[in-house]
Formats: sequence, C-alpha cells, structure tokens
Amino acid sequence: MSKEKLRLGFQGRFEEKVVEVADGDPAPWDPSRKFSIMGARTPRLDGRAKATGAARYSIDVVLPGMLYGKILRSPYPAAVVKSIDLEPARKMPGVKAAMAIAKPGDKLRFAGQEVAAVAADTSERALDAMRAIRVEYEQKPFVVDPVKARNDDAPLVFEAAAETKTSAGDVGNARKPLPKKGNVQGPRASAKGDVEEGFRKADAIVEGTYVTAVQTHSPLETHGIVAKWEGDDLTVWASTQGIFSMRDELAETLGIPASKITVLTEYMGGGFGAKFGAGVYGVTAAKLAKEAGAPVKLFLDRKEQHLAVGNRPSAIQWVKAGATKDGKLTALSLLVHGNGGTNGGTGTSGPVKNVYECANVKTEEYDVFTNAGPSAAFRAPGHPQGSFALEATMDELAAKIGMDPLEFRMKNDPSEIRREEFRIGAEKIGWKDRDARRKSSKDPAIRRGIGVGAAIWYNTGGTGPKATVTIHRDGSAEVVHGVQDLGTGARTMVGIVAAEELGLPLANVAVKIGDTRMPYGPGSGGSTTTPSTAPTIRAAAWQAKKKMAAVLASKWGVPAESVEENGGAFAAKGDGGDAVHKASWREACAALPAEGVSATASRAENHGDAWKRFTAGAQFAEVEVDIETGIVRVRKIVAVHDCGLVVNALTTESQIQGGIIQGVSYALYENRILDNQTGRMVNPNVEQYKIAGALDVPEIDVTVLPVWDGVNNTHSVGIGEPSTVPTAGAIANAVSHAIGARIRRLPITPESVLAAFDAAAAGKGGVA
Amino acid sequence: MKAFTLLPVASLAEASREWVKPKTALKAGGVDLLDRMKEGLDSPDRVVSIAHVPGLASIEPGPPARIGALATLAKIEAHAGIRKYYPALAEAAGGAATPQIRNMATLGGNIAQRPRCWYFRQAEFDCRKKGGDTCFARFGENRFHAIFDTDICCCVHPSATSVALMAYGARLETVSAKGKRSIPLDQFFVLPDEDPTRENGLGPGEIIESVVIPPPASGSRSSYKKLKEKESFDWPLVEACVALTVSGGAIREARVVLGSVSPVPRRALAAEKLLVGSAPSEALFSKAAAAALEGATPLEQNAHKVRLARVMVERALRDALA
Repeated sequence: MSKEKLRLGFQGRFEEKVVEVADGDPAPWDPSRKFSIMGARTPRLDGRAKATGAARYSIDVVLPGMLYGKILRSPYPAAVVKSIDLEPARKMPGVKAAMAIAKPGDKLRFAGQEVAAVAADTSERALDAMRAIRVEYEQKPFVVDPVKARNDDAPLVFEAAAETKTSAGDVGNARKPLPKKGNVQGPRASAKGDVEEGFRKADAIVEGTYVTAVQTHSPLETHGIVAKWEGDDLTVWASTQGIFSMRDELAETLGIPASKITVLTEYMGGGFGAKFGAGVYGVTAAKLAKEAGAPVKLFLDRKEQHLAVGNRPSAIQWVKAGATKDGKLTALSLLVHGNGGTNGGTGTSGPVKNVYECANVKTEEYDVFTNAGPSAAFRAPGHPQGSFALEATMDELAAKIGMDPLEFRMKNDPSEIRREEFRIGAEKIGWKDRDARRKSSKDPAIRRGIGVGAAIWYNTGGTGPKATVTIHRDGSAEVVHGVQDLGTGARTMVGIVAAEELGLPLANVAVKIGDTRMPYGPGSGGSTTTPSTAPTIRAAAWQAKKKMAAVLASKWGVPAESVEENGGAFAAKGDGGDAVHKASWREACAALPAEGVSATASRAENHGDAWKRFTAGAQFAEVEVDIETGIVRVRKIVAVHDCGLVVNALTTESQIQGGIIQGVSYALYENRILDNQTGRMVNPNVEQYKIAGALDVPEIDVTVLPVWDGVNNTHSVGIGEPSTVPTAGAIANAVSHAIGARIRRLPITPESVLAAFDAAAAGKGGVA
Repeated sequence: MKAFTLLPVASLAEASREWVKPKTALKAGGVDLLDRMKEGLDSPDRVVSIAHVPGLASIEPGPPARIGALATLAKIEAHAGIRKYYPALAEAAGGAATPQIRNMATLGGNIAQRPRCWYFRQAEFDCRKKGGDTCFARFGENRFHAIFDTDICCCVHPSATSVALMAYGARLETVSAKGKRSIPLDQFFVLPDEDPTRENGLGPGEIIESVVIPPPASGSRSSYKKLKEKESFDWPLVEACVALTVSGGAIREARVVLGSVSPVPRRALAAEKLLVGSAPSEALFSKAAAAALEGATPLEQNAHKVRLARVMVERALRDALA
C-alpha cells in the first residue's frame, strides 16, 4: 500500500485527496495527464469486420456435422403436463435427439414455457419434428392481467411460495424471501424520516398513478448457444453477457466440472441484461448434443425471445409528493405493484429514493405474479419506470407551486455534477424559450414541448477480473482478458487502455477476449464492465513495463528502481541526475528474452477514500405532438452524462445514443400485449411488437462531463444503464408540456394523447 | 417450415393449371407467403412461382395505365408516369413496409395478400379466418382492428395500393382455366359475412395478370394519407384516399376510400355523394369526413380510429384540393 495525493473532481473543480493505492496497482491518473489515445474518438477494432459481415457472431457459427435444436413450448398459460410422447418426433427424418424438459405432473405457468426439445440435421426438420411431439396438457385457470391478478379470486400462479429464480449475474434484482398473499408478494419497504410529517409541512401536494408496459429485451442476436462435446469436454459458442457465469451455470446444471467447459463469445449482438446464465435453452442444447453425439446449435427465434427469456416488468406506481412553496421537497411516497410474470424483483424505487434530496421518503414495492414470461434484469432495472413516475411528479409539483420545473429540480438536487448537467442541457435545448415554442409550428395541428428527466447510477466495478499483458521483442503487445464485448466496444476499450499505458499505437496492441480459458473477466451487468476491466488492463500493462525496466536494469547493471519509463522510453539516471543508460521502446523490447515479458494483474479494490460520486445524468426531450391525431414525434434529445473518465469518446457516445433510442422506443412504442382470453402474447415478432426504427430516432446531442473520481486507476465508470434511465420520463414530460395535460401511461399512444388533450381542453385537468 | 417443391413456371396459364392441384401455393414476390409458411399457416407441398413469368413486371403509365402484376412496389413508387398521373398510388406504394420489402413485393401480391391480424397470424389461434369458430379480436386485443364490418371477423385489409387503386376506379385483369376476366377493384374484395376465410373473389387457379387504371379526367386531383404510429416500418392505423374531378369551382366526381378500417378497402359512398356538386371548403371537408365514418362500429380498444380516419379524410381532401 502507498498513500498517494491525488487531485480529483470535475470541470476544473478539483480537490486534493489522499488515496491508498494497492501494491502492484498504478495510482489513478492526474488531471494534468496528456493522453495519447484515452478519451479520443477511436473507431472500433472490429468495426470493419462487423460492417462487412466478416465478424462471426455465435449465431453464425456452423460446425461440421452440426445439428439444429428446437424447443417445444407450452401453448397454454397454465397447464399440467399429463404426458409427453417423443416417439413421433424421433421417427421424423433427420432427427438425432429428442428430450423432455418438463415431466408429467409439472405445472406450466406461462405460454412459452419449455416442454420438450429435438435436434435434427436441418433447422426446418427440427421444426417439423418439434411439431410432431405429442403432449397432453390439462389446462388450468390462469391470469395474465396484473390488476386482475390482485383479486382475491384470481387463479394462483404459484400455489405455495414463488419459485422465482435469479439467473447468474442477474444484477440489480437481489431478492430475499418475502411474504406472499394470493399472487402478491411483498412488500420490500424502505422508510426515511416521517412522510406524514413531511406532508404536513408541505404547501403543495400532488399524487398520481403511473402505469408502464412490459418491454422485452429484443437484442438483435437472440439467445442461444452452439454446444460441442469432445469426450467429457464441452465447448460452447454463446451469445452471453457473462462467459464465466454461463460456464458456471452449465457446470452446475449439467453436473460436470467447470474446468471441463469452455465458453466462447467472440462477437455478440446485444443482451441488455437478459443473457447472463445458461438458460433452459443452453442446458437443453448441451444435453441434445450429448445425446446425439454431434454439435447442436440452439438459437431462439424472435417469438421465443419475446415469450420466455426475460423482460422489463411492468409497474403500477402510485406516487405522492409534497413541497414547500419556496421549492423544497418535504415528502416522497411510492407504492409499486410490479408485474414480472412468474418472476419477482419488480421494484422501481431507485430514483425516488436516490435522485432528489428529501428528508422524508417512504417506498413499498410489491411483486404481482401473473401467468406470463418471467422478467429479467433489463438495462437499469426499475429505473426507467421509476424515473417516469418521479419526473412527472416533479413537474406537477413545480406547476402547483408555480415554479419552473428545472429550477425546482436544481433546488432539490444534491449532486453538483447533475446540477451542472442540467445547466448545460438547458442551454442546449433552449429551455428558457420552451413555453414560447409550444405553438411555433406553421402547422396548426402541431404542438411542441420540452421536458426533462434525471438519471442516477451507482456502480464503479470491483475486484475479480484478471488480465495478462505480454510485450514482445518486436515491440508489439497483446492483452488477454476474458471479458465479452456485447456490442458496447469493450474489445476496443481493452486495447485503448493497454495502448495508453504502454505508449503504443493501438494497431500494435492485439486484444484477445471472449474465452473462458483466458484470465477471468467480469460479467457485463450493472454498467460495471469498463470500471472493472479498464483498471485491470492498466495494472497489467503497468506491471509488464516494470518487468521490462527490471530486465534493462539487470542488463545495465543498475538497481531496478533507478530505471524510469517515460512515454515508452527507458532511462537509468546516475547520481548526477543525468541519464547514463537510455533505451527507446524498440531497443528495450529487443533486450527482452525470447518470451518477452508478461504480467498478469488482478483488479485492485476500489479506493474507498476517493472522490466517489453517484453517476449522474440529465436528458432533455423536444417533441412534436399532432393534436388532431395524437401522434408524437421526438425531435431532439439533449443528453448530458458523466461516467468518470471516458476511454473511447466514440463508443461512449454510441452507448448513450443506444440508451436514448431504447428509451424513445420505451416511451412511445414497446408493449408486450397478452390476450386475456388465451393468455398468449399477440405480438411476439418485430412487426407488431413495435421498436423505434431509423426514422423514429431523433437528433441526439450528447455531452459527457469528464469526472476524475479516483475510485480506480483509470477513473472508469460505466454508462450503459444511466443513458436509458431518464429518456422516457423526459419525453412524457415534453408531451405533457406540449398538450398541457399530464401523461401517466407508457407507451404514450395516440389515443392516450387525444384523451388527455380533450380532457384538458374541456377543463378537466387532463390526465391519461 | 415443411419441405416443398418449387415449380417455376413460364406462363400464367401454366401457373393456373398447376395451382389448382392439391396442396399447392402460388408465389410471386413471396413476401407474404413465406411469412405464412414459416408460421405454419400454409404448409404447401408445392409452390408455383410466377416470379419470372416474362412481361408481367412492366408499367405502362398510359393513361390509361396498365401495370403488370409483378411490378414491384419500389418500381411503382419511382415511376415518373405513375407519379404524374396517379400520385396517390405512388404515395401508397412508396409508404408501404420497408425499402427492402418494396423491392420484393409485387402489386398483385400486395392486392391479394392476407391480413396481418395478430390472431390470424399465429397458428395457435384457431380463428374464423382459419375456418375456426371464434374471432379472438372481437372481444380481445383489437386496437388495430376494424371499425366497420366487425361482427364476424374484424381484421383489416392490409393492401395500401388497393386503397389508392380503388379511388382511381381501377380494374383487375385475371387469368384462369376459364379464361380472362376484368373485375372492377371495388367488386373484387369479399367481406367476412360472405366468407371469412378469404378476402377476395378470385376463383380456383385465378391469377391477377395486370391492373388497369382509367385515365384521369381533366381537373382531377387525388391524395393518399395514412397515419402510422412509427415512421419506420409500421402498418397504418388508418388510411384515406380521395380522387376528385373539379370543374367550374365544384367537385364533379369523387371517390373516397378508407383503408385499415374494415376487412376490405372501403368506399365511403356517403362522403362521395356529399362532395359531388359542392364547392370545396373546410366545412365541406369536415362534413364529408364525418359522413365517411358514419355507421362505424368500433370495438372496445379502437374508438379513436374513427376520429383518426376522419382526420385522414379531411387531410386528404384538403391536400387534393389545395
């Protein structure tokens, strides 16, 4: 351990902090540091391969003799399996394996739940064989409506305690057993201060009920793996956010040692929180491959993805808030009924508890079970829902006390970073003219509106990851690290950090990732990949350089500590301070033994004494609303975020844009619709499950504030989740501003806009 | 998808002979058929492909225009003559689906495609359109469904080009073993009360060969308007197309057609009647739009479509007569 004095802060506002730095770990960079590549706009290392189609994703893997697996799923939302007959499927042409997943007597709890599976030599034959499996079901009463599910006479999804399962690495959804009555489990409760007292002190109180829909993850690449056995060794090519958590869940479920399993994820087409574990599909693929004695590819189709492998739970949130007339929040109260189908962990209280300063806060969260596909962690679990309700409440409260909604937020925001972000964003969106612009369109049917929302996020990564950096005699270097790149640019991030520390051009650094035979890499969840990985890479590169210095010291016959490295050049200074020995990078590398030098570093612990702040973020939305049709078009999003020190400006902005696009889609379109008559999803495709397309994406203006927080040696913080937190709330507030009526339901539909506008026009306050 | 034999044919006569054989489907662009086959709605043993029948992809702008059934939506959208004489058709063709689909989808296929109702499109729902005895949409999820002719099967017809073609008074020319037929488009479609399992009156082995659109009279104006929730790749909530002839300050001829409101593209005869003989005015547009939606029987979740369709009629009239 050494104590290092650091200058930490943001926007020129730095303070000195003494931070304990672990042995083997470099001190966090100083704000005066001139970077060679950190923070620059660096194209992805694999951008060309992806754009040209050369990149081979797991879903593209084709092996000699490979079979195709297909899962038969329950057509009923609630049923008991009476019998499963695989024989008709086994007799079909090309079928090499068939297996039951459910057993007679098992209760199936949602339409889409796994029942049986087959593997055949073509995907078409697998599908035909799947359709040939005979299953006898005894249908049971079901409920898919989360409001009806709360009724006393509603059919029970779980007769006993809920059998909810946390997928490996399913961050943000930590669960402990909760009391359950009927289909309602909970509450998870929190209380700070005394809300009743807070409401007594309030000059103005507002309350409202906010309803959100179920959003499915819909990654471009669906869930799936290719499984190949060689003896007892299993290799899988997986579309996963956690190659190690995939490996460990396969080991556990299949009952084989983790050391016998290799998981590979070279390229990946998105996960958003739903792809940490092996899943039923992964385990099934491995079992089919074992039975068939041939590799099996089992990737879900779009319908299966919508039905069975996760979603953002819907929520019905009742919020009550009070403030004094000079604009201080006095009380915040939240009651949530979340619906994660057969899963729990549906709370939304994060924003209410953490964004704005309020002495009296009470939250109660209930999970409502329905006969619907289970929820999973989804990009900032609970936050987009919670933010929508909170930010609408803030607007309503501001209106009630006659204060500008942004000023009201600034008065209650404890984060100096976010207050700065609000200021920057307000300037860029033209906040001060927003009322004047409402009717500025030449088209009399168009109203314009501007709204705002805030983000908060918590994580700064942690220990566990390891990386090996090797410097070769020819001056090139390679980094080996078992992280996976979900599409965020993690591969390039790894290369940039190594190149920066080694003083090398990125082209001279080879990056090897996505393989469980490599040193352990973090699962990509909770926005922790970069803050876990970047400091590990830097530490390994730093240690490798130290080893180079030791090689030179021994060659020069000087003490190791007298050799210094500066910008890739080495020098040993004599007593007079003059360099008595010097070596350029090339010369130093040439002095290395044939194997070069390698260092494997572990991620050091976060510096608890650093200038840590929660990740902030502010987004402003400008919309146009057609008051005759209720159609909403988002014209512009101004996003101002922070995520420590940016490694790659290009991919950071890309992440933020992605979060915003997903947020636009959440605000206006996405909705898993279940049919109450049959309990089935009616829109399990990408035609009727609507997702924002290219023309629905607004102009996006991104600003990222660099924050030197000193929590880890690269000041790294993730951005994946906070970027999508405030978008929908800001859009809903913009629509409300445009039409002069409150929107309380997502997605915002033409009919809800028209209803709200009509009610406002009729002087009824306007709520929809 | 079940294995099938692909039979490319060189003429429509040959196609017609093959198509009437059991378990046979007809394919042009294949956009809709492949969708249905993948879902298991259609499982033919043989697929007769007319995609390469010569001479059927041509567009003669006329007027009168004659458009081959294999002309793609992309070609129609881009065709200068169509844009000049039949702008609402170019607009309808160009606004459908996505650029990729418009490059494959043919005019004949667009007219004869099957509805997108989400109950019909999933094999698990044995709905009336599949010969079952339930219309799940009637009391189910019906936000996007019909607001007219809703009592038997309340899907909406998905053909945007038909809405425009009907407004222009187009006719279809067909080929079958019985010979050739010329069918006015507004007599082509079949409502569910006649037969919910079909959308049109094509006989066995009868194939659309071309579409003929009469020449626009002098003083003719037209406009196609549709409303979509998304700008990218979305089906319309409602569509309206108007084709009018104006002379001496008054509307002399009028055709008003509504799309995505009924199991068939729907002519709004009451609105047409109101328009003919009157001078264009905002008040007239609004009265005509109201007349077009008279008698609507919306379902639980789609009452707003009545209002949206009215707005589309008003906007189409305003645009055409501006």
